[in-house]
Amino acid sequence: MHEALRRLVNNLLESGKDLLPIVIVIAFFQIAVLQRPIPEFSSIVLGTFYILIGLTLFISGLRTGLFPVGENLAHAFVQRGSLLWLVIFAFALGFGTTIAEPALIAIANEAAQVAAVGGIISHDQSAVDSYASTLRITVAIAVGFSVVLGVFRILKGWSIQWLIIGGYLLVLLTTLMAPEWIIGIAYDSGGVTTSTITVPLVTALGVGLASGIRGRNPLTDGFGMIAICSLLPIIAVMIFGVLL
Amino acid sequence: MSFINPFIGMFWDITPIIATIFIFQLLILKQKIPNVEKVLFGLLMVWVGLTFFMLGLEKALFPLGRLMAEQLTSLEFLGKEKLFWFDYYWVYLFAACIGFATTIAEPSLLAVAIKAHQVSGGSVKPWPLRIAVALGVAIGISLGSYRIVVGVPLHYFILTGYLIVIIQTYFAPKQIIALAYDTGGVTTSTVTVPLVAALGLGLACTIEGRNPLIDGFGLIAFASLFPIMSVLAYVQFKHLIDK
Repeated sequence: MHEALRRLVNNLLESGKDLLPIVIVIAFFQIAVLQRPIPEFSSIVLGTFYILIGLTLFISGLRTGLFPVGENLAHAFVQRGSLLWLVIFAFALGFGTTIAEPALIAIANEAAQVAAVGGIISHDQSAVDSYASTLRITVAIAVGFSVVLGVFRILKGWSIQWLIIGGYLLVLLTTLMAPEWIIGIAYDSGGVTTSTITVPLVTALGVGLASGIRGRNPLTDGFGMIAICSLLPIIAVMIFGVLL
Repeated sequence: MSFINPFIGMFWDITPIIATIFIFQLLILKQKIPNVEKVLFGLLMVWVGLTFFMLGLEKALFPLGRLMAEQLTSLEFLGKEKLFWFDYYWVYLFAACIGFATTIAEPSLLAVAIKAHQVSGGSVKPWPLRIAVALGVAIGISLGSYRIVVGVPLHYFILTGYLIVIIQTYFAPKQIIALAYDTGGVTTSTVTVPLVAALGLGLACTIEGRNPLIDGFGLIAFASLFPIMSVLAYVQFKHLIDK
C-alpha cells in the first residue's frame, strides 16, 4: 500500500506540473497586465481543484489498470500472427480510446453548442447531444481506421511521407467541398484526438509491431501512427459536415 | 442527483475501451487477466477521475479561456474605440505564453524527445527539441489568434502550412520524419486543448465582425501543425551544422 500511495503522490505532482504553467501565465497576465482580480474567482479555484483530483486519479488509474493490460494485449496480438484479428483489435483499440478521450468530449460539446447558437442544428438539448455524439463517433471511427492503416504501413514497410502527403491532398479536396462552418472543427479534431489515453496505447501497438517484424526498426517504424491518427479524423469530419 | 448524472454519462464513455480490453483478452486470447483486482481498481479510478476532470473543465478551464479572451479584448482594457489588428498585441502574447509554457511542461513530449535522441544517434538533443516544439506551438497559437482577429479563412493558413511541411520533408533526414510528424499530435494535451479552444471561441465572440461558428475553431489545428515545421527546421539545421 505504501508503494501505491507513493505512486499516487507522484501522479499528483505530475498533474500539478501540467496545470502549473497555466496558473503562472494567467496569474501573471491578471496581476501585471490586466491589473485586476479575476472574475468568478472562487468557482475557478474549485474547478481547478476538481481538475487536479480528476487528472491524478485518471492517470493513476490508466497506469495501474488500462495501460499494462492494453500493452500486453498489443504484444499478444502481434505475436499471434493472425492478420484478421490484429486488424480487428487495432480498429477497436483506436475507436475505444478515442471515445473515452476527455479533450474530444469537451470539444464536441462545445462544437455542438456553437452549432446550435449558429442555427446549424435546432436548439433543444437532444439535438445538441446527438450532434456531439455523432461528431465523436465519426472521429473515433476515423482513428480506428488510422490505427489499421498504421498497422499495414508497418507490416508492408510503406514510407510515412507518402501516406501523409496523400492525406494532405485529401484534406485539401474535402476542404473545398465542405461547408464553411465545419472546417475549423475538422482541422481541430486532428489535434484533439491524440491525447492521454490514445497516444500510449496506440504507440505500444506500433512499437510492439515494429519490434516483432524482422527488418523493421522500432524506433523509426514505430513512429508515424499518431501522425496518421491526427490526419484521418480531419477528412472524416469534413465528410460528416458535407453529409449533415 | 445532479452529482450522480455525470458519473453515469462518463461510464458509457469508457465502456468501449474497457469492453475491447476484456473481450479480446478473455474471448479471443482466452487468457486470464493478470492482477485482475488491481486492474478493476485502476478502471474505477479512471472512471471517477475522468468525471471529476470533466466537471473541473466546465468550471475552470473553459471559463478561464473565455475570460482571458474577454478581458484582453475589452474596450476598458484596450482604452480606445478604433482598433487595428496590432492593437491586440496582448492577446498574441498571451496565446504565445500559454502555448510555450504548457508545451515545455508536457510529459509526453519529454518521452518523445528522449526517443528522438536515440533515433538520431545522439545528434538531436532532448532540450533543444523541446524548445523547438514549444516555440512551434507558441507561434502557432499566436498566429491562430491573429487569424481570428483579422478573420482570414482558416484553410489558407493550414493548407499553406501543409505545403511548407511537404517541402521540408523533401530535405529532412529520413529517419526523423515519422517522429517529427508525430510531435504535432503529441503536444496538445488534455489540459491545453479545452483552454485554447475556449480562448479561440472567446475571441470570436468578443471581436466585432467575427462569428464563433466560422472563426471560433482552429487554434488547436495551428498548435498541432506548427511544431511539425519547427521540429523539421531544427533537425534540418542540426544536420547542416553537423556536416
